[in-house]
Amino acid sequence: MKINLTLKIRRQSSPDEKGQFRTYPSGPISTDISFLEMLDILNERLTREGEEPVAFDHDCREGICGTCGAVVNGIPHGPAKKTTLCQLHMRHFREGDTLVIEPFRARAFKLEKDLVVDRSAFDRIIREGGYVSVNTGSAPEANTIPVPQNIAEQAMNGAECIGCGACVAACPNASAMLFVGAKISQLALLPQGGPERSRRALAMVRKMDELGFGNCGNERECEAACPKGISIRNIARMNREFLRAAICSDEE
Amino acid sequence: MRNGVIMHWLAATLKSSIGRKSVMAGSGLLLAIFLFAHLAGNAMAFFGRATFDAYAARLHATGPLIPVFETALALVVLIHIYFGLGLFFENLAARPSRYEVVANSGGQTFASMTMPYTGLLILVFIFHHLAGFYLADSSTVSDLVRQNLSRPVTAAYYIFSLLALTLHTSHGFWSMTQTLGLSHPKYDLLIERLALAASIVIGTVFILIPVLVLFRPGFLS
Repeated sequence: MKINLTLKIRRQSSPDEKGQFRTYPSGPISTDISFLEMLDILNERLTREGEEPVAFDHDCREGICGTCGAVVNGIPHGPAKKTTLCQLHMRHFREGDTLVIEPFRARAFKLEKDLVVDRSAFDRIIREGGYVSVNTGSAPEANTIPVPQNIAEQAMNGAECIGCGACVAACPNASAMLFVGAKISQLALLPQGGPERSRRALAMVRKMDELGFGNCGNERECEAACPKGISIRNIARMNREFLRAAICSDEE
Repeated sequence: MRNGVIMHWLAATLKSSIGRKSVMAGSGLLLAIFLFAHLAGNAMAFFGRATFDAYAARLHATGPLIPVFETALALVVLIHIYFGLGLFFENLAARPSRYEVVANSGGQTFASMTMPYTGLLILVFIFHHLAGFYLADSSTVSDLVRQNLSRPVTAAYYIFSLLALTLHTSHGFWSMTQTLGLSHPKYDLLIERLALAASIVIGTVFILIPVLVLFRPGFLS
């Protein structure tokens, strides 16, 4: 089946230029293709017509790398739940729909071009402690360090984060707390992350604050928009980890 | 660790996002406790004029405790407002450009998105509420309540403001537990339901007073 859509896309050629919305007819689009493939088709046409193609980030197109992402009709990664933009298929749209496509917006995510934003703020947070700083060597014998299944599942819920930034884009306050909560949780829950948990919580939260993200208002928009379904329990755990580290640990 | 600034860590914590959110939650918790104490006092009105006036007289007989308590309460309110405003403006600055299409991904509620505004409505109401009691001629509390609330405009304003309070607490009570990290797979749903129930109790019992004064002529007389 083919559908025709109106695409209203925010164009901005460089970080310092003023952006504006441009409207393009999609032409007949197969409902079996993905959102990014639809943009590819548009870009081929724009190139043939001599117009600059729409810049957008993408890499694996399998929903596991966290590179793609744009806001479609006000929702990061579009209307389908637990789906990255690359895995969003055009069958979720109807003939004649207008799609407003704009970049993730947050002061901490600087706009580079069109739909591409600089999410290296996430890398800077990870650099402050989103790791275990001992040489882990080769993979150990299974069950050398026992981890109960329910703990492993909770850690996995945090570890599923692909760092796409949809939580920040969806948050009314542009807060990064779901991302940081997931990254702190996945390590705090497991024995390997234990020794550094206080230093990690303090350092990552302070870096997050410094980078100009907003503050969580517990509105749950991040959880609803997250393509990996990461729970706001991770934010509660981060709050606990941070407060425990600030008040009870000897880390400063 | 001995760097001369004894509470260096405390200052750093109070400047952090989670630290300030915790202050919001902590002051919110104290205000919630006050609301329930106030609610218990108001409930005396349901037992008639004599009980209500006797309760007020007992309260006033505590003497110097009252100004001490009032000052502490005012301080908690100021802290809640100061930190709330700080977070509000920082959150606005965190997203300098608005989205062309504003949509709900499925988490936000009317209560959660209006927190700063219902907070402001409650603040204005507190001034009106206090003025209505402090600036009135001295008489029994039952007469004061009847005097203030028998004007339909005033009663309507009370009900409107109390609805704002219900909305504010319906998000605030749960939000407070989440901010302080009270989350557990076994208790999450219970905490959520209890928080909602608490805000509904607050709203219903407080609103009953202006409603009864308006519609039951014999109330408190």
